[in-house]
Parts: sequence; C-alpha cells; structure tokens
Amino acid sequence: MNTPPPPLSDAPETDSAADLATPARNRAAARLLPASRFAGPIPWVIAILIALVVIAAAGGLALKNLATSASADLSAAVTVQVIEPNPDLRAARGADAVRVLTAMDGVRAVRLVPEAELVALLEPWLGEGAASGDVPIPALIDVELSRSAAPDDIARIAAALEQTVPGARVDAQSDWLQPVYRALSALQWLALGLIALVALATAAAVWLAARNAFAGARDTVEIIHLLGATDRQISAVFLRTVLREAAFGAVVGAGLGVAAVLLLGQQFAALDSGLTSGVGFGLAEWLVIAAVPLAGVLIALLTARITIALALKDML
Amino acid sequence: MNDRLAGHVKFDNVGLRYGTDPEVLSNLSFTLYPGSFYFLTGASGAGKTSLLKLLYLAQRPSRGAIRMFGQDLITMPRERLPDLRRRLGVVFQNFRLVPHLTAFDNVALPLRLAGADEKRVVKAVAEMLDWVGLTHRAHAIPATLSGGEQQRVAIARAVIARPQMLIADEPTGNVDPEMALKLLRLFEALNNRVGTTVVVATHDVHLLKKVPDSLIMRLNKGQLSDPTGALRYPPRPAASGESGA
Repeated sequence: MNTPPPPLSDAPETDSAADLATPARNRAAARLLPASRFAGPIPWVIAILIALVVIAAAGGLALKNLATSASADLSAAVTVQVIEPNPDLRAARGADAVRVLTAMDGVRAVRLVPEAELVALLEPWLGEGAASGDVPIPALIDVELSRSAAPDDIARIAAALEQTVPGARVDAQSDWLQPVYRALSALQWLALGLIALVALATAAAVWLAARNAFAGARDTVEIIHLLGATDRQISAVFLRTVLREAAFGAVVGAGLGVAAVLLLGQQFAALDSGLTSGVGFGLAEWLVIAAVPLAGVLIALLTARITIALALKDML
Repeated sequence: MNDRLAGHVKFDNVGLRYGTDPEVLSNLSFTLYPGSFYFLTGASGAGKTSLLKLLYLAQRPSRGAIRMFGQDLITMPRERLPDLRRRLGVVFQNFRLVPHLTAFDNVALPLRLAGADEKRVVKAVAEMLDWVGLTHRAHAIPATLSGGEQQRVAIARAVIARPQMLIADEPTGNVDPEMALKLLRLFEALNNRVGTTVVVATHDVHLLKKVPDSLIMRLNKGQLSDPTGALRYPPRPAASGESGA
C-alpha cells in the first residue's frame, strides 16, 4: 500500500481480474439500490386496481354498445297510432294510413301490426281483458324510414295523415327509449368516473410507494449522488423497479379483470335477451381493454418519475 | 487566468448556516492550488466537516462565492454538478460504503456512474483492490469487513477515477497509528505521482508532521486562520515543527 495506485493500463482484461467481478449469478447485486422483488404490496394493489378498471371499462363499453345497438335499431322506426274507439272505423283508418304512408317518399316499409299481436303484447299487463274488446286498443302501424327519423320527418308524416286519418298520432320509436338512453349514458359516465378514480388511486399508491422506497434508500442515493450520479441515473434505478412491479400487477390485474368480464358475458348471454344481444365485444373493444394495463403501467411510471424527481430536487 | 494561479478551488467571503441557526462557517476566503497537499485542522465542532461538505458539493454556501475548476458554483445549475463531482474523490468520515454492494462493486461505482466500459471497470477495480490489499475480500459486503478494510475500500473508491482533487474527512479517525501512517503515505503518493490535490481534515496534530510538504489550514469556530502561509500564493509548505493546530 505504500506505492501509488497503478496506472490504468490498456492491456486486455485478465482472467484473474474477471474473476473478481461480480459473478453473473449475482449481477443483480451490482445494482445501485437493493433489489425488492415483489416484496411490497404495490404489485398486488396495482393488480386489484387494474382488474377494477378492466371491469369498469368493459361495463362502460357494453353499455355504449347496448345504447348504440338499440339506437340503430330504432332510429329509423316510426310508430303511427290510430286512436278510434269504433273497431270498424279504426280498421278502415288504419288501412288508409297504410296506403298514405306507403305512397310517401323516404318510407322503406310499412306494417300494420295485427290486432292479435297487439293483444298478445298487452296481455301481460291487461290480462284476458285485453282480448275482450272492452278496452279499445289503437291500431298500430310500424313505419321504417330510409334514414333516421328526424323531427321534420315526423312532422311531414303527421301532415300527410292529417287529412285522411284525423287524430293519428306519430312518434319516433327512439323517443320512447330516451329515458333508457339517458340512464345508459349516466351509467357510462359512472364507469368513466370510476376509471378516473381508480387511476387516481393507482397514482396515489405508486406515489406513496415511490416516496417510501426513496426514503428507505436515501442514504444510498446520497452516496451515489455525491459520487457523481445524475438525477437521470438515480431515477432510472427506481423506475426499473416500478416498471417491473407495475408490469407484474398490470398483467395479473388484466388477467383477473378479463376473466371476470368473460364470466359476466357468459351470464348475460345465458339470458338470451334481445336487450343484451348487442353488447358483444369486437376487436376495438378488446383493444381498449388491452390498453388498460398499458395505461396503468404508464401512470405508475409517470407518477414514480415525478415523485423521484421532486425528491431529488430537495438534494443538492 | 493561468490554472495554477486560478487554483482548483477559490472561496471568497463564504459563510454557511443551517436553517436559521448562527453561521457555522464565516468569512472564508482562500484558494486551493492544483497538486498541493492540505491539512484542514481544528477542534471538534470547528466546522471542518461543514467546510468539506462545501468542497465535495454536498452543500451550497449561505453567502459568498465559490469557484471550482474555473466554474462558479453559486450560479451553476444542479444538473451540471454531477460532472464536477466526478472530478472529485471523497473519503467520508464514516466511509459511506453502499451496504448492499460488494467491495468490488463499491470501488467500481465511480467508473460505472461515469459510464466506463465494463471491461475497463473490471480491470481497474482489480488493480485498485490489489493496491489496497483487498483482492481476497472483493466479494465481501461492507458489513463483513473490518473498520480498516472498509476504510481501504472507501479510499480505493475515492481514487479509482483518478480525481483532480481528493477530499478526506478524518480518514485516520478509526484506525491504529500504523494504518493511519500507511493511509497518509497512500495520499502522498497519489499527490506526488498523479498530481491530485489532496485535502485531509484531521484533528490529529501528529499526522501533520508526517507529510513534510503539506500546507495547513486551521478552523476555529468557523473562522479560518493561516498559520503556515498555506493560503498565500505561492503557498508555503509547513515546516515540520510548525504544525500550528
């Protein structure tokens, strides 16, 4: 030790020097900060949150599909009611209305709903009285336009029927479902709100974890900082850990979420209801769901990066 | 300005206080010249460690101006400090080895942080461990090393990147006199052969006589005195009997 440190020669690395280096199996130990392999709760917290977001996103998408499907089915449909207590007159006016409607431009199909069908529709509510004739049932005409029914179209049909079928009532079928659409829309916003809250919770969890990890490694960070480490080098060490843990949580969470969605999908499919037939997912929906874990990892990385950057700024 | 005249470090009326406490360092004005060997002396609490913190860029002064390697530290953005720190070697008072890294990886840190090629790192660290007599302890973590071994690892880490300035805070505080002398010889050799400016803080007056060409700065209650002409230019080395501390 009484001689000066030897000059760093350019000679090739010797075997003995290589032997001194950290063995490959312990290469992880050469990292600047101690490795923490899924030691904390953060990967599991992220997994739970991602699963919740996947379920909420799938619910929101299903509601959107349901609303879109129902709207598409009914948007071009118009109902004409002929309200007349006299059955014979009602039948005659119904036929007149069909004739007028069939002759109109922009009308693709006209169908007078048979009385037996109307009775069958009303029977669950009115009982056998629906067929007794004691309760006057309006004649009902389904009209399918060649485009979505706009208020102008409704007014045009009403005007055309006014002369021939006085008292005919014209309604766009989609109007009847407006409260349902509004409820579906509210549920979609609720799903979006849940997703935003869970994203915030994810960021908060990562913020806490990153802050604690930084506090736990503060001495080491100070040492390597004083040895010339840049903020970017120190951040990279933390971000590698966050990336690994967030990716693990995201994969597990996405798996759980998708499993839950598939299970719920099977349950709804078993209902065999026309209402739920339009909620099926296509490629676009699955891509949105696949983006959830990616977004979760990005939020975790961004939060950790900001947290570490702020903590480092407190150090010279 | 000529680098020799400008010096590695120039303090101008520097003061340091922590929070709202009174100043622990006051009105420090001095220049450290390249290739010189300085002892910083003073009683415990005199401010030696605080002054060293300013030198190894762990602290900014509360007032005054500091230039290091020709750059103004007061106005320098913190993003540029790592470049400056890589030109320094520091032996901390309590060694401050990274506890989960082996002796080898601790010594390798400055080179790895500087982005050195791994083959060069391996070779240089092997040489350095051999130089400090710790080749057989390369894979040991600090907790399993003795105090003297930890100190040698800390010194190897401080000098491996051939710093322009070596700063050591009480480097002999925890070792026996024989080891202390060995360490001093090591610093001297680095100073003489590599041209590194050396600043050693110590309260051990006996050490000062061991390095004949050294210059002495003395701190007393945060004020610097210049008993040996160390702060004049050209600096005058302390005579062997002029320890001054």
